[in-house]
Amino acid sequence: MDRLDFDKSIIELEKKIEELKKMTESKAIDFSDEILKLEIKAEKMRKEIYEKLTPWQRQQVARHMQRPRTLDYVGRIFEDFTPLSGDRLFKDDPAIIGGPAMFEGRPVMIIGTQKGKDTKDSIHRNFGMPNPEGYRKALRLVNMAAKFGWPVISFIDTAGAFPGLGAEERGQAEAIAKNLRDFSTAETQIIIVVHGEGGSGGAIGIGVGDKVLMLENAVYSVISPEGCAAILWKDSSKASNAADVIKMTAHDLLELGVIDEIIKEPSGGAHRNYDKTAAEIKAALKRNLAEIKPLELHDLLERRYQKFRNMGKFLEITAEAAGAGKAG
Amino acid sequence: MALFKKTKPNEVEVPLKRRVGVPNGLWTKCEACKEALYTKVLEENLKVCPKCGYHFRLTSKERVNLIMDEGTFTENCGRLVALDVLAFPEYKEKLKKNQETSGLDDAVVTGEGRIGGMQVAIGLTDSSFMMGSMGSVVGEKIARIIELAIGRKCPLIIVSSSGGGARMQEGILSLMQMAKTSAALAKLAKAKLPYICILTDPTGGGVTASFGMLGDITIAEPNALICFAGPRVIEQTIKQKLPKGFQRAEFLVSQGFVDMVVQRKNMKETLVKVLKYFKPAEHN
Ligand SMILES: [Zn+2]
Repeated sequence: MDRLDFDKSIIELEKKIEELKKMTESKAIDFSDEILKLEIKAEKMRKEIYEKLTPWQRQQVARHMQRPRTLDYVGRIFEDFTPLSGDRLFKDDPAIIGGPAMFEGRPVMIIGTQKGKDTKDSIHRNFGMPNPEGYRKALRLVNMAAKFGWPVISFIDTAGAFPGLGAEERGQAEAIAKNLRDFSTAETQIIIVVHGEGGSGGAIGIGVGDKVLMLENAVYSVISPEGCAAILWKDSSKASNAADVIKMTAHDLLELGVIDEIIKEPSGGAHRNYDKTAAEIKAALKRNLAEIKPLELHDLLERRYQKFRNMGKFLEITAEAAGAGKAG
Repeated sequence: MALFKKTKPNEVEVPLKRRVGVPNGLWTKCEACKEALYTKVLEENLKVCPKCGYHFRLTSKERVNLIMDEGTFTENCGRLVALDVLAFPEYKEKLKKNQETSGLDDAVVTGEGRIGGMQVAIGLTDSSFMMGSMGSVVGEKIARIIELAIGRKCPLIIVSSSGGGARMQEGILSLMQMAKTSAALAKLAKAKLPYICILTDPTGGGVTASFGMLGDITIAEPNALICFAGPRVIEQTIKQKLPKGFQRAEFLVSQGFVDMVVQRKNMKETLVKVLKYFKPAEHN
């Protein structure tokens, strides 16, 4: 069980509160006043500690074993979800789930990477790291959604696309590239929710859409902090330094113009309150869908194109500036 | 076909000695068969080892000379230089050093010219600049050359020499260039214009997983490494050595992800042949 260092004091207090609650119930000793006091204290601790998390600590929250998985949200946000299976080419990839569901009385298509809930499930899901068939399955579902005019909601929580032998043999790069291209022109609304780890190509492979929303403690990066540290300092134990450098938090990404909105998490992180986190995501989805729903298809697609077209920062040297010997 | 003819006035001068991996001495050791070769003989042979056929890496400039009609290439899409947006350790120094050694602003050259008389738009990534990795500049210029092809209604050719994939030093913005370039290619496809993709050694990561795998026709040089995850990463995952030839051009042809492997000396005639199919009817 992975305990977070910065979480320990909160967990201890939460345990104490639980004990008092049990005693109050069973032994008829009334600790109500003490419980109330301690709950206020715990809430204050959760707020203060989680507000000040470093990027590396957020990465750990994002990877927490108890953090809600895509299917935890699907069950709480949508009704009548029907999981569909397979890419119709090779096989099914349990690391990517998807299928139609009802949202506010209307059909939508859900796709998302799915990490496991326990060791057995994690192995079954390949720890949420998709193979090419996962990306191809996602594209099949997006195309189906476009055919029937259903909005797509894509949930991202993956350390990355699986770097395996079979994945390379079956064209991991081709599968991701095709998704990038075809999501960009898919004729329906697409909303992306990065709720855990957004691991590089494995994330963007189902990450092109009209709106990109991100949970407060989620991370999204071109490389893991460990990978970055290994390249930079030949030392993957310096991952916490690399996490600062690589700019991977929701706040960084909002500033860089890569995401549209940060979704608040309950104090103490999403793993403390699945229902509340799901309710926040649901509200954000409702709002964002309502915003893009009225757009004509042509405008929607042009906006989606421009959104990614405008990403990136560089300096353009104009002829005059070059002549004057300085950058413009 | 001379790779190293005199530079045309409209071309950027990139001295041969700045090339990574090929020393400018009298002798050059083949990286594959270790044979000591006369550098001059090697150059006359288009930097392909006469003994074993190993294809040394070319710069974008050398590639332009190899495949474009002489004197027809002009650079365009502006001069863009990278910004150190993340204040990433040593990035500024790295950029400066690579600009000096490669003679390039960044890891990409874009322009227009003719191949077998046919007008094309062309983008080339260059492994002599930070392993050809894609940051905002590469992504922007590739997107611009795609849009230029759409504007000109001409075929697009992209030559990849990007072992670096998405450039770490620009973080998430590099990742987004994958989406940007792929979306631009969707527009090109909608305009019913051809994209011929040439993959050379090495092409990896975010470049393979965007414009590297979206060609109507995809051609690779012999033995070029073309991958998503690099061989070392995979070996760490599976904890065993990879089979010989894994992720090499010939392997990708047999797996169905590349159309053909073409020797360097046949690259231009192959392009001329293929481009014929895309000639607008009124010019036939
Ligand atoms: Zn040789």
